[in-house]
Amino acid sequence: MQMNWPRKLLIGIPFLWLLALFLVPFLIILKISLSDPVLAIPPYSPRLDLSNGFEGIITFFSELDFENYIFLSEDSLYWKAYISSIKISAIATFFTLMIGFPLAYAMSNASENWRTPLLMLIILPFWTSFLIRIYSWMGILSNTGLINQLLLWMGVISEPIIILNTNTAVYIGIVYTYLPFMVLPIYATLDRLDGSLLEAAQDLGCTRFSAFWLVTLRLAKPGIAAGCFLVFIPVIGEFVIPSLLGGSRTLMIGKVLWDEFFANRDWPIASAVAVFLLLILLIPIVLFQRNEEKQREHER
Amino acid sequence: MNHTKPLTPHHFAPWQDGTSKPLISFSNVSKTYGDFSAIDNVDLKIYPKEFFALLGPSGCGKTTLMRMLAGFEEASTGTIEIDGHNMKGVPANKRPVNMMFQSYALFPHLSVADNLAFGLKRSKMPKSEIDGRVEEMLRLVQLTKFAKRKPHQLSGGQKQRVALARALAKSPKLLLLDEPLGALDKKLRQETQFELVDIQEKTETTFVIVTHDQEEAMTMATRIAVMDHGKLMQVGTPDEIYEAPNSTYIADFIGDISIISGHVQDIENERATIIWDESQTPIRGSFERNVTKGTQAHFAIRPEKIQISKTEPSQGYNKIFGQVEDIAYTGNMSTYFVRLPNQKLITSQMVNDRRISQRSITWEDHVWLSWHDEAGIILAK
Ligand SMILES: Nc1ncnc2c1ncn2[C@@H]1O[C@H](COP(=O)(O)OP(=O)(O)OP(=O)(O)O)[C@@H](O)[C@H]1O
Ligand SMILES: [Mg+2]
Repeated sequence: MQMNWPRKLLIGIPFLWLLALFLVPFLIILKISLSDPVLAIPPYSPRLDLSNGFEGIITFFSELDFENYIFLSEDSLYWKAYISSIKISAIATFFTLMIGFPLAYAMSNASENWRTPLLMLIILPFWTSFLIRIYSWMGILSNTGLINQLLLWMGVISEPIIILNTNTAVYIGIVYTYLPFMVLPIYATLDRLDGSLLEAAQDLGCTRFSAFWLVTLRLAKPGIAAGCFLVFIPVIGEFVIPSLLGGSRTLMIGKVLWDEFFANRDWPIASAVAVFLLLILLIPIVLFQRNEEKQREHER
Repeated sequence: MNHTKPLTPHHFAPWQDGTSKPLISFSNVSKTYGDFSAIDNVDLKIYPKEFFALLGPSGCGKTTLMRMLAGFEEASTGTIEIDGHNMKGVPANKRPVNMMFQSYALFPHLSVADNLAFGLKRSKMPKSEIDGRVEEMLRLVQLTKFAKRKPHQLSGGQKQRVALARALAKSPKLLLLDEPLGALDKKLRQETQFELVDIQEKTETTFVIVTHDQEEAMTMATRIAVMDHGKLMQVGTPDEIYEAPNSTYIADFIGDISIISGHVQDIENERATIIWDESQTPIRGSFERNVTKGTQAHFAIRPEKIQISKTEPSQGYNKIFGQVEDIAYTGNMSTYFVRLPNQKLITSQMVNDRRISQRSITWEDHVWLSWHDEAGIILAK
């Protein structure tokens, strides 16, 4: 069948979108990651010079190499940063789930009138700048901040506890920032859950708790998985939270990336770090897609 | 209304027998939501192996009554006993009752076989026996081939059978079915009605079924309870409800009926006589016990019990004249709508045992309607 042009356009737009905003930048980064650092603007070579024609393209490609990736694998800093990012992200995702699930569960059990306001409250923080919210956490967590003052005033502690610039502060920041990404997908699955399924489970001999375990949790699984991926994936590359709330010992790949780009001005290494990060993320992203597909299949 | 229920060979009527022990007993049970009364002072006994139907208009409290049996609602006042045990405070999972939900409530993440095994796994049944029982239930509802499917891969009728099998798997003493056939088309519905009766007889489980469809209740039930506004209006066998309704509400609710209101002139020899129109003969017939002399009463008669003719019958009562206003021809039956001089409309139904061309009564004809003493019933309200 011949496709008419409005249809072509309709299908073409997302392709163009992906091409312009994902594939082209990615190819540029990939190219930079294969070049050598130089002191110039921009700080890498070779640069593609089309004025020399075909000859120029050949020399350009012949100068690209995998040096930076080899360097990446030799310097343990990078490995440690990747591993530490994954670890921090996994732990933070776990805490977000532990707080997010009860929230979503309570919301889905709230009366009809309460649900919309509660949903609003979850989304509300997005209306202020992310940076401002993280800065206010610095105020809350610092040695003279809200928490320490409160605890001192109550006499629980005699001298301030150090929270800011530790991993604890990073976890707090991540859980706070990413909570809506956990709550919303879980809430969506719980909200759709047919209440008569729970009654059926009880009718067939389940206690309230085992009905929750065997039915509610089981059916919320796709939502839980979606929430976990939505937190885990972006947190691995997170830069702002570890650099503002974390300390010198907080090692995350996002921070390394920033340092390579802006402190060292070593764009090729930074690009290699970024490309490798993308490769690591590919695994959870594919798993996430699978999860979404499976869920869609179930709903049919 | 045609009775399709096969007549049971032996006489099954534990409700008439003073010595039978009821399986379910409601005493003065009421259920209120705020100041709204969903169930109003219900007294009811249901006996083992009964197929008991709850019938009534939407919102009359059928589901609420069921949910109180299943353990999802507590009675506000009164006591509910199942098998002699007071059910107050007994949670759903501790009752010898299973329910087949109106929406089926199949677990979407479990296969058909796992849905059936769900209840068994919660019971003390040893693992080795569970598979056999699941097999047996699959055979009962003829779904053996579908054991591995997920609910979303089944048709409506198949889902309904899974739900039934799941509820039966634990061999409950009592099975509650809330509009089990609501989602099925007419043909599948009739087939399933027979299947249900069959399964009920095979498993010897007591069934309580909610339905909107009076024909369905008539077909399947040993007894029917008709409810309205949370009250039990009448409890009886299908033919009691049909032939001897205790009020015009019941008479009107079940099947087609014509109702003539008048004044009770006389009561003697098991017959009441009511005067209802100066120009017509009085009506004489059997009466319900609340009818008293000198009061208002209502005569109810089914269309198929009324004869229609062009010549005046010889009897001195139970005959009225009027004019044919309309005729509805439905194959084996013809229904005549006859307008009386007082403008009332009465319907008479005749079996078509002759060809149309030979039938003598047509539109605008002046006709006589008549019936014998036993054909209708005189009701107090
Ligand atoms: N949780 C509740 N709170 C308040 N009112 C309720 C509640 N549950 C039921 N009702 C009311 O109780 C009455 C009986 O409801 P029920 O569901 O038993 O009706 P039903 O006979 O099953 O109707 P249908 O044939 O439409 O299913 C209805 O008027 C309903 O509005
Ligand atoms: Mg109902």
